[in-house]
Amino acid sequence: MKRKHKRLTFVGLGLLLLGAAAALVLTAFEDSIVFFFSPTEVLAKQGELTPQRRLRIGGLVEEGSVAKADGGAVTTFRITDLTAVVPVVFRGILPDLFREGQGVVAEGTWQNGVFQATEVLAKHDENYMPPEVAEALKKSGQWQQTGAPKEAKP
Amino acid sequence: MDRVTEYLAMGGYAGFIWPAYGLAAVVLAVLFVASRRRLTAAAAELAAVEAVERSPSGEA
Amino acid sequence: MAPSSSLHRFANPARFLRLAAVVQPWAAGLTIAALIAGLYLGLIASPGDYQQGETVRIMYIHVPSAWMALFCYTNMALASAVALIWRHPLADVIAKATAPIGACFTFLALVTGSLWGKPMWGTWWVWDARLTSVLILFFLYLGYMALYNAFDDATRGARAAAVLALVGVVNVPIIKFSVDWWNTLHQPASVVKLDGPAIHPSMLWPLLLMALAFTTYYVWVLLLRVRAELIGRRVRAIRLRQTQVR
Repeated sequence: MKRKHKRLTFVGLGLLLLGAAAALVLTAFEDSIVFFFSPTEVLAKQGELTPQRRLRIGGLVEEGSVAKADGGAVTTFRITDLTAVVPVVFRGILPDLFREGQGVVAEGTWQNGVFQATEVLAKHDENYMPPEVAEALKKSGQWQQTGAPKEAKP
Repeated sequence: MDRVTEYLAMGGYAGFIWPAYGLAAVVLAVLFVASRRRLTAAAAELAAVEAVERSPSGEA
Repeated sequence: MAPSSSLHRFANPARFLRLAAVVQPWAAGLTIAALIAGLYLGLIASPGDYQQGETVRIMYIHVPSAWMALFCYTNMALASAVALIWRHPLADVIAKATAPIGACFTFLALVTGSLWGKPMWGTWWVWDARLTSVLILFFLYLGYMALYNAFDDATRGARAAAVLALVGVVNVPIIKFSVDWWNTLHQPASVVKLDGPAIHPSMLWPLLLMALAFTTYYVWVLLLRVRAELIGRRVRAIRLRQTQVR
């Protein structure tokens, strides 16, 4: 009985310490675990961004901002988190889910106030419904913009 | 016929959807068959050692 | 070891085998029924998604696989803790039998996620917190199985593997909350969230039925593997006795 309790305490304490260590490590490396920065964060740290530094920006594709150039090979658009806006230039193939008002993550470099993207990934939200339902929700005015990544929420 | 082809095309995403389902079917089926084989093999082995146990000479 | 302790009632293999004989046909029947219903709803009767079109059907495989990957790991870690602390032999067998099943589900979650990510996100793989932590889960399963068999002394292998399973359990909450704690490409939870599921009922039903099918499949295969392991251990014990007698 005694040894059983000893082992129980040992395992319990071990797990606690392990959890604490994991929490510390994860907090310390937060910046490298984060997959992308929001436009607000990017604009705030603009000064430390060299044209060589690769980073990812995530947010919503601003409504009405998507334009094609160079015969459709180049896409320009703006990423917003509803607070700040970042202009993006991208040459390449866009994912099927890329559209205005949807979440997007662009990878590239910061070149004098314009984000030169080398890769654009679409981010989808956690809502799933048939098209008719989405249509009906929009018509009845119950539609909420939920495609926004979480940092866009106040 | 056209409806079947259209269904199988999955709106152009057949190359992603069917492999996902196919792989799941194969992995789960293989795991199941392997697990059941293990059980039958173990049961046969047990019958064999118990037969040895019962035989007076103690040899198979 | 006190045979009177309540936990050890279930350690009795005869008692367990009797329970298994009752549960197994139910698990088998439920798996087949839920699988047929889930596949019918998921592949035929449900609509495409308003944004993702038909690819949403991959969800009915991907999400239950991912849930099972976490569920199996939690079970394995719990059973390992019971085996370590109370030296419970059946718990050890359950942990050992769960590992390959959990590894298969994790593998399926990773590959079907990749097959879903390519058309929707535009990439097969990214190193975001969710995807990376699930890959680590897969390696934990493989490590557990390798470690279990790495020792000549079976008891030492079991103990080392159980410790690894417990150490790896920190990864479970990390996987679950990775999408809330950090920016990830992977979207947050749809079904298990405080304000109710964000999935239309026509898509929620096939998802839940497939999840039920996968859970009962786990029970079914687990019972097969646990029975095989128990018989295998008895065979080894008899063989040992026979060599000692001779």
